[in-house]
Amino acid sequence: MNKSNVVELASPSSASEFENWEKEYERAQSDKKIIENRSGIEIKPLYTPCDWNEKYYSEKLGYPGQIPMTRGIYPTMHRGRTWSQRQLIGMGVPEDYNNRLHELLAAGNTAISLIPCNSVYRGYDIDEVDPKLLGTCGVVVNTIDDMDRCFKGIDLVKLSTALNDPGPFTLLALLLGVAKRRNVDWSNITGTSNQSDYLSHYVANHMFFRVSLEGSRRILVDHIAFCQEHVPNWNPLSVVGQHTQQAGATPAEAMAFTISAGIQYAEDCIARGLDPEKFLERFTFFFDISISFFEEIAKLRAGRRIWQKLVRERFGVSNPKTWRFKFHGQTSGVDLTRQQPLNNIARVTIQAMAGIFSGLQSLHTDSYDEVLSVPTKEAARIAVATQNIVKEEAHCADVIDPLAGSYYVESLTDEMEDKILEVIRLIDDAGGMFQAVDHGLVQQMIGESARNFQQKVESGEETIVGVNKYKIENEELEVLPLERPKPEVIEAQLKKLSLYKKNRDQSRFNLGLSALQKAAQNENENLFGAIVDAVSYGVTHGEINQVVRQELGFGHPQIIP
Amino acid sequence: MSKLPNSYRPKVIVTKVGLDGHDRGSRIVASYLRDAGMEVVYTPPWQSVLSVVRLALDEDADVIGISSLATDHLLVPELMQALKKSRMEHVCVIVGGIVPPDDEVALLDSGVSKVFHPGASLEEISEFIRNMAEQARINAISKFEGSI
Repeated sequence: MNKSNVVELASPSSASEFENWEKEYERAQSDKKIIENRSGIEIKPLYTPCDWNEKYYSEKLGYPGQIPMTRGIYPTMHRGRTWSQRQLIGMGVPEDYNNRLHELLAAGNTAISLIPCNSVYRGYDIDEVDPKLLGTCGVVVNTIDDMDRCFKGIDLVKLSTALNDPGPFTLLALLLGVAKRRNVDWSNITGTSNQSDYLSHYVANHMFFRVSLEGSRRILVDHIAFCQEHVPNWNPLSVVGQHTQQAGATPAEAMAFTISAGIQYAEDCIARGLDPEKFLERFTFFFDISISFFEEIAKLRAGRRIWQKLVRERFGVSNPKTWRFKFHGQTSGVDLTRQQPLNNIARVTIQAMAGIFSGLQSLHTDSYDEVLSVPTKEAARIAVATQNIVKEEAHCADVIDPLAGSYYVESLTDEMEDKILEVIRLIDDAGGMFQAVDHGLVQQMIGESARNFQQKVESGEETIVGVNKYKIENEELEVLPLERPKPEVIEAQLKKLSLYKKNRDQSRFNLGLSALQKAAQNENENLFGAIVDAVSYGVTHGEINQVVRQELGFGHPQIIP
Repeated sequence: MSKLPNSYRPKVIVTKVGLDGHDRGSRIVASYLRDAGMEVVYTPPWQSVLSVVRLALDEDADVIGISSLATDHLLVPELMQALKKSRMEHVCVIVGGIVPPDDEVALLDSGVSKVFHPGASLEEISEFIRNMAEQARINAISKFEGSI
């Protein structure tokens, strides 16, 4: 440790006290093992004013809602409005989704999500895939009628909807189609296009990657431009750090990749002539919250600080709303274990606390049983209760940025910031995020980090309770009831789709399809606008994806083991 | 009983069928097996049952490892059928990932050799694959010898 620093920062007597402690520690502590966090930062046994001192307060922390935003993006933070409890929902057919939605609304939820079936993610209609796989992990939505049924009896204006909707954003197009049908003004539609960050799909969450890299690039900018003009209260972009971290990136790397992707998207929008003072207001972010408690808090606080500085300096924006690093957090599924599964409730609680202390805007807590199967209702209830216990019983959200000023947390936030900036520079040097993923750089880094972590687990250096330590011999596995859609329900849905395709006005359908094709071929047309039109002409999700893939190229992610 | 030459290296396909794309597990397993000296053929996710069978034929694989994090393992019984049809029943199929107990029973009934669950160690998986691969190869050789 830097001793001259001690003298400068503390009184001479405390400097000698510090040296005394250091000596005693060295003598008493026989274990000289170096502890590193997941991002590779060495963690000391004690943090003191040598590591962080209040004289940096204004420069490093400031006040909530003010530069440098470390303490939060709004003046009131969780005192004004706590985070949205946004649980993932979606299973079976639109009627199932609608029932669940009514339950949630009756329970007072307004922030909802829509998780489509994996067949939808892959860009197919349900008549293109094996029926066994339909509706098991999300709801099947192919047509404007399906979307209408999902939201039957529900006022679209009262919801904030997070659509898990990769490019070409057919689900939002269907939702806007329903709104038009019901004469709901699009400016009253609020929510977020989750899974719009195609770069994260290309490198990590491969199943969301549908259209070629260049094609995805164009569609995203079209989408942002369209929403800015026609759906002004919709967040068209959510930049995702969760995918890369779940795929194995360290927390620092995941934050850096996310910010670098954010820079890339902003530059692409600027190249299109869009105004950063406007579109940056609507950028949102989505992060994984692992069980590495202090590291996650430091990661997210550092991210907020980096983003505001970066957008101000790089893009010269002066609209304070563009400096806000708004993010949703999801507790990390990778940390959960199949062994002694109820332990996962404790893990999720710690992860949730990390997210809340870091000042997130929206939170999803995982169900303890997601390692065993698609979550059951009871487990999903516990996941929501966990948030309420942390908030209302433990009073964890009463104070804004409660860990600020801790020598450890502040020093770690600074060190994480340096680590993150280091990776951002690496990506910049590679020509930006688009180039870096196109050349496989990011994929290689993620693969390496995933292997490093796995090695630590295998060697026992990193403990996982119940897996590599504190095991129960011959543990009896908990058997949970499987909740899967009944085959006859899927059969009926397939029939509905075939009727829809048969009964739609064929001439209007042909018109919609050829307009879509033309828009895809002409770079100067807004392709997302054409997709929004197409759904009202009866074109389905799968048909839209087919045309877009034909014209702009099929999306083959680059996968590096 | 045939004996394997000293130069024998297990040949393993690591893949995913169906719709899901979560591939952290399959990538880690593939690179571990490779580092353990096996010959690994790694594919992107979303393979069809038939494309896996064709790949196993083309590559003369000993073991097929299927990773399933959603419900795509429901397709594996079809894979077992298709392997049988192609006279590839000597190939050992293992599944790893999130497989509920009822599904596991169905998979084992269909001829899958083993299901690895979250928390299985890489060493355990690799050891099992090596043994099964050798057995599969010996079976393949004796089948070939039997046919001439």
